[in-house]
Amino acid sequence: MLNYILRRIALLVPTIIGISICAFAFVRVLPGDPILAMAGQHGVTPERYEILREQFGYNLPIWQQYFNYLWSVLRGDFGISLATKRPVINEFMTLFPATMELAFTALTFAVVIGIPAGIFAAIKRGSWFDQITMGVALTGYSMPIFWWGLLLIIFFSGYLGWTPVSGRIALTFFLKPITGFMLIDTLLYGNWPAFVSALRHLILPAVVLGTIPLAVIARQTRSAMLEVLGEDYVRTARAKGMSPNRVVNVHALRNALIPVVTTIGLQVGLLLGGAILTETIFTWPGIGKWMIDSISKRDYVVVQSGLLIIALIVMAVNLIVDLLYALINPRIRVQ
Amino acid sequence: MATTNTTASTSPASGLREFWYYFSVNRGAVIGLTVFAILVFVAIFAPLIAPHLPDVQYRDALLKPPIWDPKSDPRFILGTDPVGRDILSRLIHGARYSLFIGFFVVVGALVVGVVLGVLAGYFRGWVDVLIMRVMDIILAFPPLLLALVLVAILGPGLFNAMIAIALVLQPHFARLVRAAVMAEKSREYVTAAKLSGASHFRLMMVTILPNCLGPLIVQATMSFSNAILEAAALGFLGMGAQPPTPEWGTMLATAREFIIKAPWVVTFPGLAILITVLAINLVGDGLRDALDPKLKRS
Repeated sequence: MLNYILRRIALLVPTIIGISICAFAFVRVLPGDPILAMAGQHGVTPERYEILREQFGYNLPIWQQYFNYLWSVLRGDFGISLATKRPVINEFMTLFPATMELAFTALTFAVVIGIPAGIFAAIKRGSWFDQITMGVALTGYSMPIFWWGLLLIIFFSGYLGWTPVSGRIALTFFLKPITGFMLIDTLLYGNWPAFVSALRHLILPAVVLGTIPLAVIARQTRSAMLEVLGEDYVRTARAKGMSPNRVVNVHALRNALIPVVTTIGLQVGLLLGGAILTETIFTWPGIGKWMIDSISKRDYVVVQSGLLIIALIVMAVNLIVDLLYALINPRIRVQ
Repeated sequence: MATTNTTASTSPASGLREFWYYFSVNRGAVIGLTVFAILVFVAIFAPLIAPHLPDVQYRDALLKPPIWDPKSDPRFILGTDPVGRDILSRLIHGARYSLFIGFFVVVGALVVGVVLGVLAGYFRGWVDVLIMRVMDIILAFPPLLLALVLVAILGPGLFNAMIAIALVLQPHFARLVRAAVMAEKSREYVTAAKLSGASHFRLMMVTILPNCLGPLIVQATMSFSNAILEAAALGFLGMGAQPPTPEWGTMLATAREFIIKAPWVVTFPGLAILITVLAINLVGDGLRDALDPKLKRS
């Protein structure tokens, strides 16, 4: 197993180098000049411009700039944001928990509803429940989530007035972050009204972000379940006179969930992409909004390092999913 | 459903009939295909169908609600937007953009992906390693984020957005084709063609590729709907088609501030996106069931 893990990690090295080259190159070919962007509307004298160019190493040959960049990244230095003048990694660390909280809630929502829905649809195959569930799932899968978010705002915030429109918590609460997860922090402070406020802020964005994963998970669970239910060992179990519940829960479910775990893992990349839209609609202060704001502000350093960090997270999650897959499915390890 | 089909003959006409048999069993797929055909019709004849021009501003009818509202203006069935343009006409013209985007992106991604996938699967070795590593790099970025950065580099606009989306979607084709080519390559008919002196190009494109078509068609359908969604998302974020283009995502972006005051300005463009994407996905599901013999049983 250790061998397998090491081999998988070694295979990732060229991809990681490729990603760092991409992130670096993207930012070099972006139109505009980083120094002028940094100077902002005040402008900069030609002498000062040269000094800054030298200070940030923009006068060096391009390959040398890349290796300098790579070297500082390896030491954990992702540069200073041109817009806020704060280290990129600090900005990332303050914003990342917000995205994590959102993504985690969305995924929980998707799994808790998607897996049982898929299982029941498979067991009751062809029934009205199956047909409706799969119809809804395909609709969810086809959903433009930015529109879905607006619709929910119109209904729940505009018409019913149940939920707030933007942000993570009402402005009347100010809590010093402990974990950065608003739900956990408010509980740690024992501030019940703040917890309710945070929850009300979280619900709509989480539903919006979780919609597509929910649809994918329900569909995948159903088809995995159908496949397993057709296997010989399930028929044998039935023939032996086992109760239908036991056949489903013990024999079928365990095997059907193996591909579902992979599917759930693969949603993480999509969640980070969906976070861009969801966070924009709900003005959620996370990394999705941070990235799109930085792209429009031409904050090169943030775009470059943000891309790199996000790609590394996606790769790490994919690796974990693969390893988990090998762990729960011994057939893979043998090969 | 029957697992053995002893009467299947090999002539193309009966292949098509068999395909249609499996496809039309799926009611959803037939509905999807019908809706899609209507959309194509609407897109082609948009100037004839639309009651108004998409860009004409009726200054005496700003933010008129749809026809079923008492305050509506009978000239505008789905109401008007903040500058008095007829929403229905803009939606009808928008169908042209969405279908064109889907078509262009799929053709682009398909051609590039197929060429790269065939090369990788056929030659293996360093060609394979190089191509597939590049595909891995593209797939490591969330698609929408990568498309956003690419559009920022190329400059916002519909055409650049389409290029970016095609680039982001193409690794899926390359991976699919590579796997299929590797599976087909060792089959006897390929060896036979090789022995009779077929060139590399002929082996790749004429002998092997047609036998990988099934999954490719399904992937193309799914990419078609993905492309429409991503292009609308880019338009919504202000990085795709630019106003006043009646592209559905762009229409949503400009309507955002009116969501409480005039919900219909937001509702209809999104509904148009949803219906289009849903129709294509229904067709995709039907195609998968009909073309993938492994799934025919389930």
